Amino acid sequence: MYASIKSFASSFFVTGDPLIYGADVSIGLTTVAILFVLFYFKKWGWLWREWLTTVDHKKIGMMYLIASLLMLFRGGVDALLMRAQLAMPNVHFLQAEHYNEVFTTHGTIMILFMAMPMMFGLFNMVVPLQIGARDVAYPYLNAVSFWLFFFGAMLFNISFVIGGSPDAGWLSYPPLSEMSHSPGVGQNFYIWGIQISGIGSLATGINFIVTILKMRAPGMKLMKMPMFSWSVLSSSIIIIFAFPILTVTLALLFIDRFLGGHLFTMDGGGNPMMYVNLIWMWGHPEVYIVVLPAFGIFSEIVATFSRKRIFGYKSMVFALMSISILSFFTWVHHFFTMGAGADVNVFFAIATMAIGIPTGAKVFNWLFTMFRGRIRLEQPMLWTLAFIPCFVVGGATGVMLAVAPADYQYHNSYFLIAHFHQVLIGGVVFGYLAGIYYWWPKLFGFKLNERLGKWAFWLWNIGFYVCFMPQYALGFMGMTRRVYTYGWDLGWGPLNLVSTIGAFLMGIGFVFQVWQILYSVKYGERDTTGDPWNGRTLEWSIPSPPPMYNFAVVPYAGEQDSFWEEKERRDFAPAPPVPVAQLEAIHMPRNSGVPFIFSACWFVAGFGFVFDWLWMAILGMVGVGVTLLVRSFQYDTDYYVPVEEVIETEIAAGRAI
Amino acid sequence: MQHATSHSHSNGAGAHTHSHDHGHHDQESMKVLGFWIFLVTDCLLFGTLFATYVVLKAHTDGGPTGKELFEIPGFVAETFILLTSSFTSGLAVLAMNRKKVNQLIGWLIVTVLLGAAFVGLEINEFVNMVHEGATISTSAFLTAFFVLVGTHGLHVSVGLIWMIALMVQLKMRGVTPVTQRKITVISLYWHFLDVVWIFLFTIVYLMGVM
Repeated sequence: MYASIKSFASSFFVTGDPLIYGADVSIGLTTVAILFVLFYFKKWGWLWREWLTTVDHKKIGMMYLIASLLMLFRGGVDALLMRAQLAMPNVHFLQAEHYNEVFTTHGTIMILFMAMPMMFGLFNMVVPLQIGARDVAYPYLNAVSFWLFFFGAMLFNISFVIGGSPDAGWLSYPPLSEMSHSPGVGQNFYIWGIQISGIGSLATGINFIVTILKMRAPGMKLMKMPMFSWSVLSSSIIIIFAFPILTVTLALLFIDRFLGGHLFTMDGGGNPMMYVNLIWMWGHPEVYIVVLPAFGIFSEIVATFSRKRIFGYKSMVFALMSISILSFFTWVHHFFTMGAGADVNVFFAIATMAIGIPTGAKVFNWLFTMFRGRIRLEQPMLWTLAFIPCFVVGGATGVMLAVAPADYQYHNSYFLIAHFHQVLIGGVVFGYLAGIYYWWPKLFGFKLNERLGKWAFWLWNIGFYVCFMPQYALGFMGMTRRVYTYGWDLGWGPLNLVSTIGAFLMGIGFVFQVWQILYSVKYGERDTTGDPWNGRTLEWSIPSPPPMYNFAVVPYAGEQDSFWEEKERRDFAPAPPVPVAQLEAIHMPRNSGVPFIFSACWFVAGFGFVFDWLWMAILGMVGVGVTLLVRSFQYDTDYYVPVEEVIETEIAAGRAI
Repeated sequence: MQHATSHSHSNGAGAHTHSHDHGHHDQESMKVLGFWIFLVTDCLLFGTLFATYVVLKAHTDGGPTGKELFEIPGFVAETFILLTSSFTSGLAVLAMNRKKVNQLIGWLIVTVLLGAAFVGLEINEFVNMVHEGATISTSAFLTAFFVLVGTHGLHVSVGLIWMIALMVQLKMRGVTPVTQRKITVISLYWHFLDVVWIFLFTIVYLMGVM
């Protein structure tokens, strides 16, 4: 009995690595600490009522934000482990297998569990406020999306201490990810973690398309809509076309592994390149999914902090839409070296370069917006200014990579690594951080401390160039990605050491940001006006943090930047309060515990599939079906906020008499 | 309150779901729109599976081919049954528009029975193939076949459970704006599966036996 338990435990838990034992201890301590706080302060009821069952888009956005910052930490630790391993030749800090696991989880977590939730957090926190809506189109579905993401991410992260992490690269190419080469459970964790959160992402895409098309304030024509909402619309359109492909691709890989299929295997007539095509048909649009909202954020920030209307509004919209279409015609540039033939490669090379045209138009529009503007260098604007040169250089190296013949030289070298980190950090991360600094006071009611923020900003920026510029050179010197160590004879040592120093500078920058948030909670400048940046769009017309129903009276938005125009008309005097007689009872969705339970059932099912425990998988899937049916039979899903409560809230905020 | 003019009833308040006096109608029509978009994504899902099938169709690895496996009477029967069920679900919606609950439930029962017959025939077909040694792990072609046809069958099976749940709700509540939207949505779903089957019938079966 004891022996069988011991043998099960040694295969179930990851053993033998001191780093992972350390992680085990820290996970255990953190869990105990959280449970202690919840029990000691009797916060279980509060947690359930206020957060786990919420359908309020603002709270869901905050939860997305917290989860993505945690994942940023985890992915960042992965990155620092890698850089520590590569700092010098012949380092044996990590073993080869462990290094494979680290770069795999780094890529997967940073894209799918950091960038995506941070993006959805911003969607949720901003879009309904910006278009004058009281919530998204389907508040309940929104909660389902969040919890599916959350449990998918948890399932993926558990692999680190239970069963073993995936180690076949961040997109798990077969045949390496097939049973023949990866017989362990790591790949199953990869498949189910992404699959479960991917369903949530797809639902969010549908949700925001309908929200933007149907829930805009009266008078807000599509061509009068703020730029960020346009970018969310274009991004959501890409989501609904790309994510089903991911769902199918992962399902097919799982069929191969679970039922012995031969879709992507080396034997039985399988075709591994089919998988590579499919995964990039999702994967390339995916990078545009994450970068377009960042473009939208920059458009908002540049206009606000230059005190000018965005330059070239129509061309901005056109650029967003054309990028979202073009993004579907570039996927082969990830494997020009596959040997598809010159004609195929040329088509995809030209399509890839064509994306640079609308992107370039957007960069010039931002510059022209600043031209003769009254620029204020607040934190969001700093990140925007840092983004422009960074993204231009990253884009230029992207065009170099798009030259198919030259790609035979660049392919999978550190030149490529430097390129995509430059557009993803310089574009996406800087963009989302700018957005977080910009909208933070709206959601939380206080600004983030400027002094600490400047430290973080410069550490991030200097660290970025110190880390990635040497990697361009290393790529030309022949260093390929995914090597876990190298010899003294190659001459890669010095540049790698510089690169590692840069990575740690960025790590210190992140520590400053955590400190900044914690410090500002207590000492941050409070936002009493609801309009801390002298903003231009509707979200600044309500108090910070907004009341649960956002808008007591639905605003009329008949012009672009309508809030700004209105402020100009009253010469920036404080807005007159609303007579109480104009307030009415407000229709709102009820909280629901079903999304949480439904997603937890998915987690159970996923865990069962990972370990081939059919009883557990079936149990989880039955739970999924039952929760769906339970929801189907619920008819009492909304209520009216009584008018007295609305009046009380508005009078307390000094907005009604 | 900082807004230009609090909108009165005259400037299109009725067209906006979040106006204070909206009925359920707006919310329901929004849900139907969302379902249409979901069907777009489902189209993409099947499209990806079709692409995989077409790429791997010839990869039989020395195993049985479609020509040897597909039996014409079987899949023609499946086709007629499913097309008929699509027609009866249309009749159910017509009955709903006339507010005749019992007729509506009656046609839904016919639809469910036809759907169940379709699923039964499909399971039977799969079992026969497995008995002939054509399993999911025999060749790339068969994996792609079972996944593509099986995904459609799974969709139909989910639709059956869903439809039965809706019949119970109709019995409990009658035809209200909410149940009406639910029936509209499932009939969209059912017709969509029918369209997908036409493609399956053509690309998998007809081209398979050619």
